[in-house]
Amino acid sequence: MSYIKPTFVHPQAPRNEVGYLKRDYEGKISTLCAGCGHDSISAAIVQACFEMNIEPHHLAKLSGIGCSSKTPTYFLSNSHGFNSVHGRMPSIATGANLANKELIYLGVSGDGDTASIGMGQFVHVIRRNVNMTYIVMNNGCYGLTKGQDSATADKGSISKPSREATPYEAIDLVGLALELNASFVARSFSGDKSQLIPLLKAAMSHKGFAFIDIISPCVTFNNNKGSTKSYDYVREHISITGAMDYVPEEKAIEVEYAEGSQKDIELFGHSVVHLEKLAPNWNPTDKQSAIDKLQATKRNGQILTGLLYVNPNPRDLHQINHTVDIPLNKLTENHLYPGDGELDKINEGMR
Amino acid sequence: MGPTNINDPEYFHKVVDCQYACPAHTPVPEYIRFIAQKEYTKAYMINWESNVFPGILGRTCDRPCEPACRRGRVEEEPVAICRLKRVAADNKGAVKHLMPDIPKKKNGKKIALIGGGPASLTVARDLAPLGYEMDLYDEWSGGGGMMRTQIPAFRLPIEVLEEEVNYILDMGINTHFNHYVESMRDVLEKDYDAIFVGTGAPKGRNLNIPGREEGEANIHIGIKWLAGVAFEHIKSVGKKVIVLGGGNTAMDCCRTSKRIGGEQVTVVVRSPFKTMKASPWEIEDAMAEDIPILNNMPPKEFVVENGKLKGVIFSKVRAEYDENGKRSLIPTGEADEFIEADDVIIAIGQDNAFPWIERDLGLEFGKWDLPVLDQTTFQSTLPNVFFGGDSAFGPENVITAVAHGHQAAISMDLFLRGENTNNRPAPMTNLISQKMGIHEWMYDSPVVDDLRYKVPHQDKKISLKDRKVEVELGFDETLGFKEAQRCLNCDVQTVFNTSRCIECDACMDICPTSCITFTANGEEEELRQRLIAPALNTTQDLYISEKLPTSRVMVKDEDVCLHCGLCAERCPTAAWDMQQYFYNVTKASSGCLVKEE
Repeated sequence: MSYIKPTFVHPQAPRNEVGYLKRDYEGKISTLCAGCGHDSISAAIVQACFEMNIEPHHLAKLSGIGCSSKTPTYFLSNSHGFNSVHGRMPSIATGANLANKELIYLGVSGDGDTASIGMGQFVHVIRRNVNMTYIVMNNGCYGLTKGQDSATADKGSISKPSREATPYEAIDLVGLALELNASFVARSFSGDKSQLIPLLKAAMSHKGFAFIDIISPCVTFNNNKGSTKSYDYVREHISITGAMDYVPEEKAIEVEYAEGSQKDIELFGHSVVHLEKLAPNWNPTDKQSAIDKLQATKRNGQILTGLLYVNPNPRDLHQINHTVDIPLNKLTENHLYPGDGELDKINEGMR
Repeated sequence: MGPTNINDPEYFHKVVDCQYACPAHTPVPEYIRFIAQKEYTKAYMINWESNVFPGILGRTCDRPCEPACRRGRVEEEPVAICRLKRVAADNKGAVKHLMPDIPKKKNGKKIALIGGGPASLTVARDLAPLGYEMDLYDEWSGGGGMMRTQIPAFRLPIEVLEEEVNYILDMGINTHFNHYVESMRDVLEKDYDAIFVGTGAPKGRNLNIPGREEGEANIHIGIKWLAGVAFEHIKSVGKKVIVLGGGNTAMDCCRTSKRIGGEQVTVVVRSPFKTMKASPWEIEDAMAEDIPILNNMPPKEFVVENGKLKGVIFSKVRAEYDENGKRSLIPTGEADEFIEADDVIIAIGQDNAFPWIERDLGLEFGKWDLPVLDQTTFQSTLPNVFFGGDSAFGPENVITAVAHGHQAAISMDLFLRGENTNNRPAPMTNLISQKMGIHEWMYDSPVVDDLRYKVPHQDKKISLKDRKVEVELGFDETLGFKEAQRCLNCDVQTVFNTSRCIECDACMDICPTSCITFTANGEEEELRQRLIAPALNTTQDLYISEKLPTSRVMVKDEDVCLHCGLCAERCPTAAWDMQQYFYNVTKASSGCLVKEE
């Protein structure tokens, strides 16, 4: 078994605008099962960060526990990372973000880490609108402990170890995120990089809490007939909100589309999410239409993927709390102790 | 594009770049693996079966395999394939018992081999096990042809040459040395059922400029002069020597001169350095022996005073190329240069010469006064006369002569059995899975980063004193192992099974050199552009799968695949498998050539 990837890259491999090869965004060779959807997501993260010209040291990846939370070892080896306690990644991310708001925060979690042990943390990080991208690698089972059904396993779905239909209702994380007013909500599929990569790029550009629920088949325990999270089932039942492209601010392009079927949404920093072939009766900036679309698709037995909802002008944790412009970790003694003059002024104001 | 037909024996053969480039198609990665396993005898016999002269070629081959080596496309230098061959030859155990038995009872057919070089010897090796009786004629006193007369002993020790020549001569070949065949008519009148001509390109080119005749005593033709040195008719040379020419013969002449009395030896080439025909390593070795190479100086006149050669006058030129890349040498207008010389050696090329073949025998000659031959069968217009080596299509190299010999032997065997010489035997191929367990392969799959190792050389002070001291010392076992590990095992093929693929992208994501793309099918030119890494090297094929469930296809660009096996290791359904492809050119006596140990 190979533990080390050959150092050779394609001799004509391109460098991005900040001078890095795609290889520079990769990590160690995955120790997950061969064919795991999570590895595809890792590859999509690598590609997205490469294309966005992110300098690796400007990004922090955080995770909890589980197969999903192992993946930060397999991408962005040159970035900051924190592998936290089970279900507690949101707290660490919140703390890190409060201390240094200048980094891009990428939280990686799984269906167990988020929908079970970490549910309490998950809902609160949404409420607080921490500026981060929160990814759930959702395979509907506890792969690391031999594939027991997780809380996102659809009612009626059959996994390889359980061999019978799940009796419980599933938690729909996307619906929950919408309900809690998350400012960016999307769902995708690990097997569709053409959708996943632009979604990741848009999420990482979004200035607020961006949630992506990514269905990621567990090849070992939940890729069997009867499972609603297998490669085949997802491919057969997928429905998309619209074809999507992410256009960074400096590269806005003019493309002509048939009227009524396209929409551009400006994100923070003037980057644009360009959508075309929009699903009918859906407006990505209208939460109600997103909820309706989600419910309607579910009723038809389909899985709705793509960008579901975005609030282009959210107020994030720092704005809500009126923190100073300077990142807190860069405040110096001079900033914190402005001197007697300032104190006198404050005292004067209290009289 | 349609799905790739991997059942075509040439598809995977082409992926093994070194083997494909080798005129004899020696299974290179197979023997390199044996070297890494210290199975030198096995490595030697694979070579011997394919290229007949592993020890000789491991020192002197023109190495068409090395520029083709995939390693040269992913890092700077190819694997030192040639010198690894020598490691096998230097360290092998007993081999004679592995060579074929020669039937005591002959099959009744008699063959004449004219010329004792690599082509004739290959024919002899391939046909002797089949019971043919063969007479070999050569003008020199021993076998080997140009390998004996033109390659100096400091590059190819005589013992190495004789060992491998004798393996063949000992197969019961009737040798007629010191026997220059003067007339093809005479040969045809003898009771031979077939005749093979392997007389090489024995005529060194002359240079007819003023002073040539007057200076004759000290002006020599390169290949003739080298033969003279090899047979010790020539034992010394003047202190100041000029060698004219930029090919390998010129390099051999200058280095030989340095060893037999030349103190101030200069190579003068009429054209630029980078267009010199000599192999880069031959030029390097000459320069390492402090031999200056002067370029862009065509010789104008031999200066002879009182019947004694004084030197050569050269003019000065620069090369210019027209739109078609055709070169012309334009005088620079600088003053001519005179270089002193006691002896001048002309090494500016060699030509075929068939003064001994009468032109009224029905054996036709065509362009460049070369025999008219069938390109595949090597049969001449006289059905019982076959050609091979440099005498067939003009000067090439030893390994090409060997390849010709194999094919001519097949033709002669077919002809003598009354069969159609165009019924060429298919190559022997085999494809074997290397899977030993989950993520365990029978081959050493990790790719090492090592740069090419240099072959150690003998100290100049010692080697320049004696022309028989071999300059290259060869890799020892440790260095040989390290160099062998650089081989990417290109014969271990990535074989894709469409029906097993679940399109999880794992192979595409892990591939270190971005060779694999899952995408919509298209026309080749357009498809090549939109792969993850555009496939711009059109000499390398795309491997296309059948249509997948999502209507896409798997496209693999063979160009810079490292054969590391990671695609197969990360594949959950074994849709990828690493399978060793063995391709062997069928010989006239295949099946009885190498015995099992």
